[in-house]
Amino acid sequence: MTINFTVNGEDRSVDVDPDTPLLWVLRDELKMTGTKFGCGIAQCGACTVHLDGMPRRSCVTPISMVDGSDVTTIEGVSGPEAEAVQAAWTAIDVPQCGYCQSGQIMSATALLQMVTNPTDEDIDNAMAGNICRCATYVRIRQAIHDAAKTLEG
Amino acid sequence: MNIQTSRRGFLTGLIVAVALPRLARAEGRAGYFNELPAGDSEWAPNAFIRVAPDNTVTVLIKHIEFGQGPYTGLTTLVAEEMDADWGQMRAAAAPADAEKYANLAFGMQGTGGSTAMANSFMQMRKAGAAARAMLVAAAAQKFGVSPDQITIEKGVLRAGDQSASFGELAEAAASQTAPEDPPVKDPADFRLIGTDLPKVDTKAKTDGQAQFSLDVYRDGMLTAVVAHPPKFGATVAGFDDSAATQVAGVRKVVQIPQGVAVLADNTFAALKGRAALKVDWDDSAAETRSSEQMVQEWTAAAQATGNSTKDWEIEASGDVDQALADGDVLEATYVFPYLAHTPMEPLDGVLELREGEAEVWMGSQMQTGDAAAVSQVLGIDNVRLHTMLAGGSFGRRAQQDSHFAAELAAVAKANGPGAVKLMWTREDDIKGGYYRPLTVHNMKGAIGADGKLTAWDHGIASQPIFIGTPFEPMLQGGPDFSAFEGASELRYATPNHRLRWSQMDSPVSTLWWRSVGHSHTGFAVECFIDELLEKAGQDPIEGRLALLGDDHPREKAVLQRAAEMAQMSGDYGYGVAVVKSFDTYVAQIAEVEDRGGVPHVRRVWCAVDCGIAVNPNVIRAQMEGGIGYGLSAVLYSEITLEEGGLIRQANWDGYPIMRIPQMPAVEVAIIPSAEPPTGVGEPGTPPIGPAVANAWRRMTGTALRRLPIIPVPVA
Ligand code: FES
Ligand code: FES
Repeated sequence: MTINFTVNGEDRSVDVDPDTPLLWVLRDELKMTGTKFGCGIAQCGACTVHLDGMPRRSCVTPISMVDGSDVTTIEGVSGPEAEAVQAAWTAIDVPQCGYCQSGQIMSATALLQMVTNPTDEDIDNAMAGNICRCATYVRIRQAIHDAAKTLEG
Repeated sequence: MNIQTSRRGFLTGLIVAVALPRLARAEGRAGYFNELPAGDSEWAPNAFIRVAPDNTVTVLIKHIEFGQGPYTGLTTLVAEEMDADWGQMRAAAAPADAEKYANLAFGMQGTGGSTAMANSFMQMRKAGAAARAMLVAAAAQKFGVSPDQITIEKGVLRAGDQSASFGELAEAAASQTAPEDPPVKDPADFRLIGTDLPKVDTKAKTDGQAQFSLDVYRDGMLTAVVAHPPKFGATVAGFDDSAATQVAGVRKVVQIPQGVAVLADNTFAALKGRAALKVDWDDSAAETRSSEQMVQEWTAAAQATGNSTKDWEIEASGDVDQALADGDVLEATYVFPYLAHTPMEPLDGVLELREGEAEVWMGSQMQTGDAAAVSQVLGIDNVRLHTMLAGGSFGRRAQQDSHFAAELAAVAKANGPGAVKLMWTREDDIKGGYYRPLTVHNMKGAIGADGKLTAWDHGIASQPIFIGTPFEPMLQGGPDFSAFEGASELRYATPNHRLRWSQMDSPVSTLWWRSVGHSHTGFAVECFIDELLEKAGQDPIEGRLALLGDDHPREKAVLQRAAEMAQMSGDYGYGVAVVKSFDTYVAQIAEVEDRGGVPHVRRVWCAVDCGIAVNPNVIRAQMEGGIGYGLSAVLYSEITLEEGGLIRQANWDGYPIMRIPQMPAVEVAIIPSAEPPTGVGEPGTPPIGPAVANAWRRMTGTALRRLPIIPVPVA
């Protein structure tokens, strides 16, 4: 089955089993490896992408659902929120192993796109779906607050 | 798509091996390469350093990077001795080569036991100092001055009004003789060591460019998953692949020693194929006991009333039985479950088999053993192993038996020439064994009203980690210290002391889990001493300080520092623990809230003494992460064998991991020190459990003696 969609603004067309999760299409077919596999059952958030602007676990999103949609991945995420998040992450060296961080950044960017000045509770709610096995949570929280401050100007 | 190995070609492919962000140079931020650039025009003063004409200095890192910071830390040591500018520094994984890149603590290449910094500290500084001396000699010739007139600052050599960069001098430096034993800096002259240098791998880990083993794609590569035995010790009796081979994209279904492998064009097809596969298992040698039954057997052994494979007396002094008979005895039994490590990236790797040679990409933590395993399975001497970044390990990738490399090679052998990726799913990971051993501690102690310990009798029952594996010879016939480290050499003074270890056996495979023995001995010792002190009416901090006496100044210093930091004035419970592990001293105080009958940890104050603090920011991060990792386990984690031997947990839904709402605020203090640096990857983990349990007991009166504290309800 042929599926047409965009990834980071570029037109893409793949001919795969329609049940194939978006995650494996991105990785195996498009060789875009920034989006990670952690659990395959929407438990960890390592595979988070934006689907039509909303954060989405690509490991449980069949490619058939993506037909006609716009996908944004860590490789292409942009705009003031994404830049603020990536800069804040870099400034305080959030990543340890780094494997969860694409997903963390996609979730954090989506949070800041929706909530300009998130409280700790907003952060808990938006980020609870993203496991970090290195437990960089202290810094993730701080970096989100820092990014929000930058965006306020 | 091929992995690009040339630095210059790093933008030519979709899959880029060179993860150095282009911005790094412009921003003056140090970076790293996934693979050592082809070094045609580079100067190699020794095995660890490459200086390129473009003025970058690349440090070859013999240790795998999975978050604990060796890429940054070891690069710092070289930069310090060379007086380089941090922005010109790069890190790259060293090739697998036991001769050049052995861990000096192991005698082979590998990472573990929080040794990366400790074993590299002088080696990398000497390497940097040698390169520096050669640059100075080259500059002296070029400038026509004597070497002692040369100064170096931020990568620029100067004499009078003449100056040159490392890159400009590299060619001339190459013809200088390398000094045998160059002097290293006096620590008073350190400019980089001791500062929060930005990490070399951060940028690539925020823009999706960092390359892990799972990210390696080779031309024509197949992807494999393996159906493993659902019970430990079971083997394949037979299988029916008729449905599996019908799945579009499945290329091959084949039995290997580890199970039945499904090879397919892509990951989804491989997973679908495996789901359609029917395997009959021979359970005749399988573990069929439930973990509950093991807990009972282990408990009896720890109490010296049950059976074991072997009982070892580890330490004995005074007359414990008499002292217990004379004292007011407190007895406690602590039960620790099997734990899976569940690193964020499950085990995976790629092997490309060519005529007479194999090339492997994996997050290898034991390069020497892993390469040997591949070589043995394939019957090929020529094995090239690339150490990739890995998504965490916490011990899981440091395998005594190199089981993953062997399985990858077995799949490749069944596949024949070409490339194959082997991936374990999260379910494979959680059900796949190599657990922190299920362990029971039985403790009896007596303490006087004066706070003096009169007796301490400690029995531990657990499976070994070294015994029965290729690592056993390291024990030289002795007991498996991984079972009782941290319980031995008790720091609290007592005249009557005994430590026993009952060696238990099971086909369930075991492995070191972040902090190894300390993950349970730290809990047992620190909870038990806290209960004894409470019984004697002693303050937990003052009482510990008194028992530590004069022989443990570093333990006392971290304890005192944590006590100074902690604001123990809120309406909450406070608990303390101090643990020395891997020669690093850590004290933690936890602030715990009773949230509907379960503990919620609000804040943690942590003091650490790890000798010279090479990068304080990395040390703080490791304490934060070690606390989070340890807390997650004591609160939620256990692997359960059901009646019959099947594993109950399958994925993170049944094996919960701490998430951001549960993470406490963490404040870290680093004790200033001139001692050689020791590791920080593991030592943050052991104290958090007992600190939380002690807080809870002092607040609620309930001692937490069986972990996890908040088990998942059985459906
Ligand atoms: S891989 Fe998708 S949520 Fe874990
Ligand atoms: S940084 Fe390692 S899992 Fe988050």
